[in-house]
Amino acid sequence: MKPVPFKYTQASTWKDAVSLLGEYGEDAKLLAGGQTLVPAMNFRLARPNALIDLNTISNSAYTKTTDTHICIGGLARHIQFDVPLTDGPLREFLPRVSRHIAHVPIRMRGTFAGSLAHADPASEWCALIVSLDGTIVAEGSFGEREIEAKEFFVSALTTSLTNNEVIREVRLPLLDEGWFCGFQEFSRRAGDFALAIVIAHLKINQGVIEAARICIGGVGVVPFRAASAESELVGHSPNSGIFTRAGEAASILADPIEDPHATGSYRCDLVKTLVPRALSEASTLAGLKI
Amino acid sequence: MIMSGNRHNIKLNINGTVHDVEVDARRTLVDTLRDKCGLTGTHIGCEHGVCGACTVLVDGVPVRSCLMFAVQAEDKKIRTVEGLADEGRFSLIQQAFHDYHALQCGFCTPGMLMLATWLVEREAAVADEELREVIASNLCRCTGYQNILRAVRAVLDGENP
Repeated sequence: MKPVPFKYTQASTWKDAVSLLGEYGEDAKLLAGGQTLVPAMNFRLARPNALIDLNTISNSAYTKTTDTHICIGGLARHIQFDVPLTDGPLREFLPRVSRHIAHVPIRMRGTFAGSLAHADPASEWCALIVSLDGTIVAEGSFGEREIEAKEFFVSALTTSLTNNEVIREVRLPLLDEGWFCGFQEFSRRAGDFALAIVIAHLKINQGVIEAARICIGGVGVVPFRAASAESELVGHSPNSGIFTRAGEAASILADPIEDPHATGSYRCDLVKTLVPRALSEASTLAGLKI
Repeated sequence: MIMSGNRHNIKLNINGTVHDVEVDARRTLVDTLRDKCGLTGTHIGCEHGVCGACTVLVDGVPVRSCLMFAVQAEDKKIRTVEGLADEGRFSLIQQAFHDYHALQCGFCTPGMLMLATWLVEREAAVADEELREVIASNLCRCTGYQNILRAVRAVLDGENP
């Protein structure tokens, strides 16, 4: 099918995008990569009266690494994460996550920030930013504001952005040496939407887990940190017994989506299976045999 | 770009030729290529970015032309399957698809050729795993992919057909 008629405008700056949002009202949509929006428009599930193209904002597709963060421009594409952007634990990890997002031609267009703004429960980047306690920088009619990742996702496809705000930058804190990362995703086909995503970061010192972060995506309406699973791990040396307990703790916390792709209890079972796998992966990177 | 209402007069640079076209904002690039520019080599499959039949190169990289509006492609270099052959001579990748029987019904072929063209023109080493991952971007319902992989591998390895 074809989209309904709409007005097309190009933003030249982030401020310009905000004022165009004000001009066209709440039925206008921002167009970044368009890899989710345009299919929805082709099927007429989305019927915006106007599209405000952000691709014409110059110097907006950057990624830059500072001592503490990776700063991601609002128009940076997924494909930019297929190669290492930093040293340290995220060096190989971000490409590992990125390669789970759809396929190459989709990653060429789709944007990191667009993925956050869309807030699909099955999005890899949404789970990643929650796992790292990242920050979203939004430009709005009253200027710029920073939103913590844990405050950003409100429900499926719903964020705390207001109608006249646009994401201009995303900041991911780097992990220190000593952290090790695991990523597990289950989907029916390669490149398809995830039924469950587990991201596990472990800080391991002399064979003992000093800190743990476990984030679950694709299961609930928003990605969530599994705090009780994390506390199962701290103070222990990595072993399959505590990994299993962490998986069980995380699955108890889950408030799963029920949809035609999987039942809620199936998603919880996936969490139980994928958490130990992600933890083993992180421990293996630390040179430990589980 | 000159616009009146939702209509836009744009110039599209396709395979080195500039096409002056008038399009509605809602016209996708693939519809414009086919209906306004007469370039029907690029196929329309699913119209939601899954099948890859409409893959073209925009500024050197493969994109789904069903997920890009024509107005977004102004001032960009677009390459389609019509631009691959040179005066009736197949490009290397087209010749390899012929030699290795990398097509049957041919529906996915224009998209596959553009995807493969991007891969071989990058002039970077491509491991088998990456080759499979890239080719998996596009759907083929007849070949079973093995002959497509062989054809692309042959060109990557510089085999002369």
